[in-house]
Amino acid sequence: MKNKYDVLVIGGGPAGAIAARTAAQKGLSVCLIEKRSAIGAPVRCAEGIGQAALSEFVKPDKRWISAEMSGATIVAPDGTVMELESNLAGNKVGYILDRKIFDRELVWQAAEAGSDISVKTRATAPIMDGGIVKGAKVEFCGKVSNVHAEVVIAADGVESKFSRWCGIDTTVPVREIMSSAQYVITDIDIDPHSTIFYLGNEVAPEGYLWVFPKGERTANVGIGISGRKSKTGHRAKDYLDKFVHKTFPKGKTIEFIVGGVSVCQPLDCTVSNGLIITGDAARVVDPLTGGGIYNAMFTGHLAVEVAADCIGKGDTSKKALMAYDAGWRASKIGKSLKRNYHIKEYLITLSDEKLNAIIRSASKLNLTEFSTLNLIKELIKVNPKLVLELGALAASLR
Amino acid sequence: MLKVHRDICGYCGCCVSVCPEGALELIDAYLCVEKNCTSCGICAKVCPLGALEVVHEK
Repeated sequence: MKNKYDVLVIGGGPAGAIAARTAAQKGLSVCLIEKRSAIGAPVRCAEGIGQAALSEFVKPDKRWISAEMSGATIVAPDGTVMELESNLAGNKVGYILDRKIFDRELVWQAAEAGSDISVKTRATAPIMDGGIVKGAKVEFCGKVSNVHAEVVIAADGVESKFSRWCGIDTTVPVREIMSSAQYVITDIDIDPHSTIFYLGNEVAPEGYLWVFPKGERTANVGIGISGRKSKTGHRAKDYLDKFVHKTFPKGKTIEFIVGGVSVCQPLDCTVSNGLIITGDAARVVDPLTGGGIYNAMFTGHLAVEVAADCIGKGDTSKKALMAYDAGWRASKIGKSLKRNYHIKEYLITLSDEKLNAIIRSASKLNLTEFSTLNLIKELIKVNPKLVLELGALAASLR
Repeated sequence: MLKVHRDICGYCGCCVSVCPEGALELIDAYLCVEKNCTSCGICAKVCPLGALEVVHEK
């Protein structure tokens, strides 16, 4: 590691890795630091991503794809099932990744493109000069050094600290953190090509429980519940254990992980002087699905597009870097984050009876495009009254 | 004060994201509680495992 780069990337998840790879490809000098001693572990993810979305940033590869999905099932609180199918050719709509290998592959690609990489290396403070971020103090095995950079990209995930140290409030509201737990369970009977989502206030209050196949007889079985519903005896693990005991009593658990997923609105501003914030650290997880991989890669990529331009022009002020903030907000993901936030806010108000009624309204939906937007549109077709309840939001869904 | 039950903690960082004081930091597999912790208990509430506990000193 040198003591000066064009770009310093903090965090080796998908946002950071795509940022580092893009920076290196653009000929910038770049270093990615990761506080953990290994990239990709421990996984804190249900590992699902749409096929088209993934392909925008990396060529799908069997080495890190655990399973291919052709459909999804939504289970109502009373057990009523709604099947979602794609009428696309090939019927393949999404992947369940193997994040340990996937994350490593992305960092590998960044390294091959020319980025420096440093693991077990933690940013302990920003280097500030007159309110401008000029780099970071980093610690590796007890040794502290200063790394200067024209632009620092914070890609430090849900537990992000760096932007807070730079004066930005990143606190996630209690009700908008999904307190989550997940088992990888094997030797169970599942449909290996369909994801299942269980809804209901008894099953997963203000969240959902998922079964995402990882192979013929293995799945990520996990849950996210609202932080405000979490308490002693009613924690994510308690709800998950109850479900697993009932549904997969003979399954064998080969991994257990926990995590927090933010489903709040993105940060008010995702840049500062010399600083760009990306991925989970910027709170750009899809608030409806909890999916964050694509938005992380998208913001990581855009961050460097803007950083490269600003470095070239010799102006990395907040004002100049605002092109990043404005850029993702105006993009497809910005619009989808806004819309899905409002849909989520509506859905969490629904009683189990209401959820049952909506899911009972269509036992099978054939989607031309496999997206939450399309799903909501189809649900409105069979439940016209939803339009009234969704209020102002409905116009954007037609 | 805030007590971290290290045998229960899954070092996931969920608590760090909700701390209004910025008093928690996840250093690899080690959750660090800083002096500015006010023992508000928000972190203890959201923990997926129940690894955090506000202990009232005698």
